[in-house]
Amino acid sequence: MANPLDNDAESRPLVYRQRLWTRITHWVWAIALFFLLLSGLQIFNAHPVLYVGKQSGFSFSNEVLALGADNMADERPLGYARIFGHRIATTGVLGLSRQGEELVERGFPSWATIPSYQDLATGRVVHFFFAWILVLALAGWLVGSLINGHLKRDIAPKAADFRNLPRDIADHARLRFHHRRDYNTLQKLTYGVVLLVIMPTIILTGLAMSPTMDAVVPFLADMFGGRQTARTIHFAMMLLLVGFFIIHIVMIFAAGPLNELRSIITGWYRIDAKEGA
Amino acid sequence: MARLALSRRRFLTSAAIGSTGLMLSGCNVFDGLESDSTMRRILASANDLTYRVQRWLAHSDALAQEFTEADIRQPQRPNGVTSPDDESYKSLLANGFADWRLEVSGLVEKPLALSIAQLQAMPSRTQITRHDCVEGWSCIAKWTGAPLSLILDEAKPKPQARYVMFHCMDTIERGLAGDVKYYGSIDLADARHRQTILAYGMNGRPLPVENGAPLRVRVERQLGYKMPKYLRRVELVDSFSRFGKGRGGYWEDNGYDWFGGI
Repeated sequence: MANPLDNDAESRPLVYRQRLWTRITHWVWAIALFFLLLSGLQIFNAHPVLYVGKQSGFSFSNEVLALGADNMADERPLGYARIFGHRIATTGVLGLSRQGEELVERGFPSWATIPSYQDLATGRVVHFFFAWILVLALAGWLVGSLINGHLKRDIAPKAADFRNLPRDIADHARLRFHHRRDYNTLQKLTYGVVLLVIMPTIILTGLAMSPTMDAVVPFLADMFGGRQTARTIHFAMMLLLVGFFIIHIVMIFAAGPLNELRSIITGWYRIDAKEGA
Repeated sequence: MARLALSRRRFLTSAAIGSTGLMLSGCNVFDGLESDSTMRRILASANDLTYRVQRWLAHSDALAQEFTEADIRQPQRPNGVTSPDDESYKSLLANGFADWRLEVSGLVEKPLALSIAQLQAMPSRTQITRHDCVEGWSCIAKWTGAPLSLILDEAKPKPQARYVMFHCMDTIERGLAGDVKYYGSIDLADARHRQTILAYGMNGRPLPVENGAPLRVRVERQLGYKMPKYLRRVELVDSFSRFGKGRGGYWEDNGYDWFGGI
């Protein structure tokens, strides 16, 4: 298994861990999700309120989250996030933030949206382009991973993985990493949930917001509790993906960023000596 | 061999720095996409794909979801122009649209001029549907009107007609280059769809001014900006290149997709 070109092979051998198809789809997702996030926040800013149900309550309340700005008693503006009716001051970040020289009312700040200024039309153009890329890459990955065995061999947890779960959690908590060819239990579970639950859910809730798709699949919006709930779930899945991204990056730095990056770019990964290939 | 390892390491490092730079530089890096650039056209080509795929998936009779009276929980939220200040509109409104006629013109065998009474005398359709705004919100209301397909049957479109263009009475933009009245267009597949009506009634009453009196379009499988209000003329055309900036509607001229199915 060791790369014959490598000098350190006898102590900490290099193994071929990531196939080309896994690496390509990984980077396509990374790029697509980056643009989808920032154009999605642009789209959200056009109406920075989330609801549950079939419609948006203007004469009744079914609001979950709202970002906005108000004038305080002393006339100073205040940005706020209202979550289930509880208002939190968020001036400078949410509801009210700096755009160039001035403070403007906008949901997410200008550094978090594409384009940086309010432009729903362009946000939609960017979002739907990368939505197609994401859908095609995920479908390609799923088919490829069923054929090449990646899904069964690397992602699907085995009985031993579940037995090992408490110990794996304890190891992660102490940032004690084992570099093996196979993913550890938490990796398998996390990648499985992200790729097979969160990504399909964010795609389906995105489609549930399309009036034409709701005519094609009459139960699509109702499946998620109505179009506005689908929009809220779409947003919640985005938060989960951002959370995953942060943990993913922290874990890469904790586990050895060069080795981890090499494996997802070239496929070759240096494993621990004792643990064997 | 050492050189190979070095160059690989350098590549990894620069890749890491590159992606961090992308994250930190803020998003004005991607400004400029609003212009008519090549990049904009490449990105917008995904909308053509969406249009084709959705047209293929949604057979001509696939209906938008219809709701019950219990789902009508609030007045229909108005958007865009809600009170046209055009003198011609105000004088029509002043005498209850008695002098208003809907013109049906363009590529038709028989041009029409229909009064509200004539439209109301046609077989009507009432539907409780969800209005989805491009901004993201939704609102459920009951719409009553004349099916556009019946009006088309009467006017008899010529074979070369491909789109239905809606001309409106409200001025949506006043600028140095002149005033722009709202307009928009749909293809014949949507124009002939069972739920596509020219609505004169809403929630059991005459259509209010803020929602488009005396007549507005309902195209239930598309977003709200595809349903013009304050209708004046329906024109059958083979192309929309000679209207506005040639993209098929007021919002389309401002960068929105012509197909509002998503």
